[in-house]
Amino acid sequence: MNARDKILSKIRNSQARTAAGNVAGTVAQTEMRDSYLALHPRGPLPPPLDNLVAGFKERAIKLSSDVMEASDSKDVPILLARYLSERKLPVSGVCWPSLAGLPWSTAGLDIQSRPAKNQDLVGVTGAFCAIAETGTLMMLSGPETPATTSLLPETHVAVLDPRRIVATMEDAWNLMRKEYKQPPRAVNFISGPSRTADIEQTVTLGAHGPYRVLLILAPL
Amino acid sequence: MQNTSINFKRQVTIKLADVKLQGALSRLQTRFVEGRAAVIGEINDLQETRTAAAAIRDRVLNDLEYWLLHFEQQATARGAIVHWAETGADVNRIVAEIAARHGVRTAAKSKSMVSEECGLNDALELAGVEVMETDLGEYILQLAHEAPSHIVAPVVHKNMEEIADLFAEKHQLPRKTDIAELCREAREVLRPAFLNADMGISGGNFLLAETGSVLIVTNEGNGRLVTTLPRVHVAITGIEKIVPTLEDVTTLLRLLPRSATGQSITNYVSVLTGNKDSADHDGPEHFHIILLDNGRSSLLGSEMQEMLRCIRCGACMNHCPVYQNIGGHAYGWVYPGPMGSILTPLLGGLENAPDLPNASTLCGACAVVCPVKIPLPDLLRKLREKQMERGMKSRQETFMLKAWAWLALHPAIYAIATKIGVRLMRILGGKEKLLHHLPGARGWTDGRDFPAPAGMTFRELYKRGGHK
Repeated sequence: MNARDKILSKIRNSQARTAAGNVAGTVAQTEMRDSYLALHPRGPLPPPLDNLVAGFKERAIKLSSDVMEASDSKDVPILLARYLSERKLPVSGVCWPSLAGLPWSTAGLDIQSRPAKNQDLVGVTGAFCAIAETGTLMMLSGPETPATTSLLPETHVAVLDPRRIVATMEDAWNLMRKEYKQPPRAVNFISGPSRTADIEQTVTLGAHGPYRVLLILAPL
Repeated sequence: MQNTSINFKRQVTIKLADVKLQGALSRLQTRFVEGRAAVIGEINDLQETRTAAAAIRDRVLNDLEYWLLHFEQQATARGAIVHWAETGADVNRIVAEIAARHGVRTAAKSKSMVSEECGLNDALELAGVEVMETDLGEYILQLAHEAPSHIVAPVVHKNMEEIADLFAEKHQLPRKTDIAELCREAREVLRPAFLNADMGISGGNFLLAETGSVLIVTNEGNGRLVTTLPRVHVAITGIEKIVPTLEDVTTLLRLLPRSATGQSITNYVSVLTGNKDSADHDGPEHFHIILLDNGRSSLLGSEMQEMLRCIRCGACMNHCPVYQNIGGHAYGWVYPGPMGSILTPLLGGLENAPDLPNASTLCGACAVVCPVKIPLPDLLRKLREKQMERGMKSRQETFMLKAWAWLALHPAIYAIATKIGVRLMRILGGKEKLLHHLPGARGWTDGRDFPAPAGMTFRELYKRGGHK
């Protein structure tokens, strides 16, 4: 007997059961499991928000993200240039291919469309959607949405269409189920800059990931 | 990790006298206890959510085999390789084999308490793999050659000055005295480790049956780095960590970070499914998931099964008056506090940790804060009963309990005995009305005085009140 069979048989013995799928009684258990998976019921939910965008902004700021708004996506580079110069940060970085068409150079920025490398200091991404309940971005990995862009640079900038803000994580999962057959390799929920409180339980922003997260709400 | 719980009493004496540790523990209480209190109320209906969370965990535990099989099927369909390990030594062997198969020389690791159970780092070093802990707390402990003293804040027992000394010595850089500067130094030292590692090792907070995914919650970003950059990712976790659906894990995620660190959500929640696709720019080419039993299966179907609901938030230890005074190391293994006082004897043998079930005042704070409603004090009491049944109590304790039981069954004699007792104690208490010594209870009176009774028993006072 290999380790797998030994562990499964220990579980069975502890619960005084017969092997899964071998007897009529256990078919019921399999069916119970599968019908639960098909239903995937929701648990208790937070109270509904009147205004998803306002709720999202409030929570995001509480978790130390910075938030800016543009009425047109063409204005995103100007807002980012202002944000970076106010903080005396480098004006070059990388972005997802979907954002390559924005007028970066007109705003005085050098933003290249490629996945981030270690030395890149600004990473500009989109987001699959965002969650108002916790001020969270939901990122799905893929060839056009590399995960490193939101991870390696010291500044992460996410351009987010406010129409893609949903109320809860449950709503975000549903959106993913609707638009994709299955989850991609990595789903990353991001709620503000990386942080640690390991030394004297004192919260310090900027651990191994970004030091700051700028969310720019703009129709895309 | 070697289990030294047998030395509990000796360790307690040392820890209580450790001034630095006492200072560090007081911080934990303010940050984590007050932090949790500040955000737990954000949950619409906390009790309903806790009940739902407990039901989610019970659903899986009651049919664990079926859920494990579904998880395995889903994970395998996406290209992950699922390994099963009966013991910690098996985990170590499997990881070493994976490392050898993929020509791994260096590994970057994010925090995993299950890997601490196995003593994985030492085993990998022996196998010729250089392992770098990348969670800031775990990295500090690796430099200091120490074990974690808390499952969420592993280095809670050290203060900033000690960490500054350690970094100055090990990094050969000018000594920093600012927490943010120390964090930046660690970031800069560790970044090359992420970039160069052949293998990333992580734990797994949850395993999703629906999608065959491993979910990890992290704040520092190291969990994302070790699961994104290296070409091999190994996730190690316990067989009990299965959760049926994405909705179920969402319910648990409303409770876990709030209970653990007082955060509404951790900075990162990563749901990892399968290998990188050919077109992907990042992600591991090989994804291995190791499921560890190490005694967990023996709790199923027993009166201790509820312990397997545990989602490792640490709230029980943060709120425990015993943990708050002695810290985590005294418990002698990976898991301290109330959950550790139950898990350590159950996974490592009651005979190897006889003091742990008794290291509780049964005040019940742990059960009140537990997000998955584990009746921790009841489980501690059940372990004490087991000790009694198996004759594991000292002769003195057994005699005292028997004597008390006999007295309690003879009310008339009980009345006389207590009458004499309280009067004697009042006289011994003197003007101060305090007893500095009690025969047979030195451990108690060494640290504090016992208030002398007023001189009458409850039953005498009850009668005097006119109740006949």
